[in-house]
Amino acid sequence: MKIAVCVKQVPAAGDAKINPETKRIIREGGKAVVNPFDLYAIEEAVRIKERTGGEVIALSMGPEKAKAALTEALSMGVDRAVLLSDRAFGGSDTWATSYALAKAIEKIGGVDLILCGKQAVDGDTAQVGAGIAAKLDIMQAANVWRIEEIGADTVTVKRINERGWDVVRLAYPALLTVVKDINIPRIPKLRDARAARRAEIPVWKPEDIGADPDKIGLKSSPTQVVKTAPPAARGAETLKIDGSSEEAANVFVSELIRRKLV
Amino acid sequence: MKLLNEHDRESCRNVWIISEFLPDGELHAVSFELLGAARTLAEELGCEVWAAALGRDVSKAAPQLISRGADKVIAVEDGRLEYFNDEFECNILERLVCKYRPEILLGAATSRGRALIPRLAGKLYCGLTADCTGLSIDKETGVLLQTRPAFGGNIMATIQSGGFRPQMATVRPKVMKALEADPIRTGEIIYEAVTEKDGEKIKEIIKAVTEAQSNVNLSDANIIVSGGRAVKGPEGFRLLEELASRLGGAVGASRAAVDSGWIAYPHQVGQTGQTVQADLYIACGISGQIQHLIGMQSCKTIVAIDKDDSTPMMQMADIAIKGDLFEIIPKIIEELDKNGINKGGNKQ
Ligand SMILES: Cc1cc2nc3c(=O)[nH]c(=O)nc-3n(C[C@H](O)[C@H](O)[C@H](O)COP(=O)(O)OP(=O)(O)OC[C@H]3O[C@@H](n4cnc5c(N)ncnc54)[C@H](O)[C@@H]3O)c2cc1C
Repeated sequence: MKIAVCVKQVPAAGDAKINPETKRIIREGGKAVVNPFDLYAIEEAVRIKERTGGEVIALSMGPEKAKAALTEALSMGVDRAVLLSDRAFGGSDTWATSYALAKAIEKIGGVDLILCGKQAVDGDTAQVGAGIAAKLDIMQAANVWRIEEIGADTVTVKRINERGWDVVRLAYPALLTVVKDINIPRIPKLRDARAARRAEIPVWKPEDIGADPDKIGLKSSPTQVVKTAPPAARGAETLKIDGSSEEAANVFVSELIRRKLV
Repeated sequence: MKLLNEHDRESCRNVWIISEFLPDGELHAVSFELLGAARTLAEELGCEVWAAALGRDVSKAAPQLISRGADKVIAVEDGRLEYFNDEFECNILERLVCKYRPEILLGAATSRGRALIPRLAGKLYCGLTADCTGLSIDKETGVLLQTRPAFGGNIMATIQSGGFRPQMATVRPKVMKALEADPIRTGEIIYEAVTEKDGEKIKEIIKAVTEAQSNVNLSDANIIVSGGRAVKGPEGFRLLEELASRLGGAVGASRAAVDSGWIAYPHQVGQTGQTVQADLYIACGISGQIQHLIGMQSCKTIVAIDKDDSTPMMQMADIAIKGDLFEIIPKIIEELDKNGINKGGNKQ
């Protein structure tokens, strides 16, 4: 089984501070980390390999410093890693990103299974996984909660949705996006982390993967950001209720009724 | 196969919505919300609203879609459409989009829409903006402006993909306004058959289960009672369930509670759980770390119950109740009983 796992480096969330005027979160740039959902994808890929044998390749697109995310993947048991990095990739939206990743997966060749996190927590779009599957014209399943069976020709998975779950069977090559609850990612052993730091991570450029220059980067991305603005303020005044539990409950329920919330 | 080349952009017309269904085959409320949003855009552009309805039997849904604002309904019926199948639905929609050439296409930001629509955008080579909370037409260029939260809701970004057709967006449930049903509104239903090719290279659906428990569905809930580490165990969540049931709401949880094994993962709210948009969110013993706040800050009214009034959640809350949740919640339940408030579970 040859498995590719897609990894994105994202800013960590940082501490929660609330702006008292707008009741909104004050955002502080945290350090760069592996997208939380991708850790579950890496772990699942390594577990499958440990059961069936084969190879896991971690793939990321990003600046040179995104190698740190791939190093973390290597320390968790991924066999090798590849970084797509070039100015020409810069500013790619989800369409252009999935195009580049799909091209890289084709270049790796013979991949049976592609794992991604459910979404990246910076953009929250959940569009890259399905985009890769579309470009490779392969079957996909999002929100995978359990892998039920890794067969010779098919993989059977349980997906969750708002109202329950379903079990679906996909023929290889297939793409899965996984949710948090699928496993508990391992903490890398010191020895493995050290080995991972020494590992060579090749960098691929557009020409290495045969990418059409008109389909990558900012200028080829269908979506363009027109403007950004802070979110609207949440009501400013906090109604503070304390006192005995009886009093608090009485004031609270009257307030719910007054505000027509119940 | 590319319909979206610059030279034929002008030939694309009308605003499409992709209807969303409930497991029992009824239309999901978000379908009507999409129609409401589509009508406003269509009026601005002077064009029609079309609704694509894919299902086992959409004969009941089609006239409903018309009464809520669709001028035309593209009805596709097939037994295999009873359950969500990404590849199958994408193949059908790709073919229909190429045939009828909409200018704008809107889908629901549900688990189905968030899997299906990006696959479709990937195939068509066009832009897609996820989870939009605002849509409008640029007066000068006629291009669709799509506003969505980014970076966990810390920024509102406005995005356009006017160089490509259709311009696509998924829209969060409970954000857009549906129109009242107008029973005398007229429209046309176009039946489209499934082709053999649509059914090629599609996955097999083995089993689909709808949870009997009604308090898990966080995305549609108007009221959510959510518990954190302070709830201390499964028994504590039973207390929260009782409150939720009185209010007709669902039960949510922080990651700390889920990872402790007190409640199942589908209840988790936040960055690595679900994003919710309830009218009323009652956080019981949840401190409000950023990963949790990201998932619920769009709720209309936020209530926090905590012993410590300096937590981020207590500061963000519209109503902050200081005290021990194990003492206060039973009193709230008593008080609701006194006022005869008992919705008896989350009715969907
Ligand atoms: C990558 C990553 C992703 C994450 N994703 C999520 C996510 O999706 N969702 C999420 O929720 N978290 C997430 N977290 C975890 C998050 O950072 C916090 O650890 C978590 O939200 C804390 O949960 P809590 O508020 O229940 O617990 P605590 O922070 O321990 O807060 C408990 C609160 O209860 C109060 N309290 C205690 N006893 C009582 C009582 N008897 N009555 C009233 N109040 C009481 C305390 O004063 C305190 O404020 C994530 C973390 C990381 C690193």
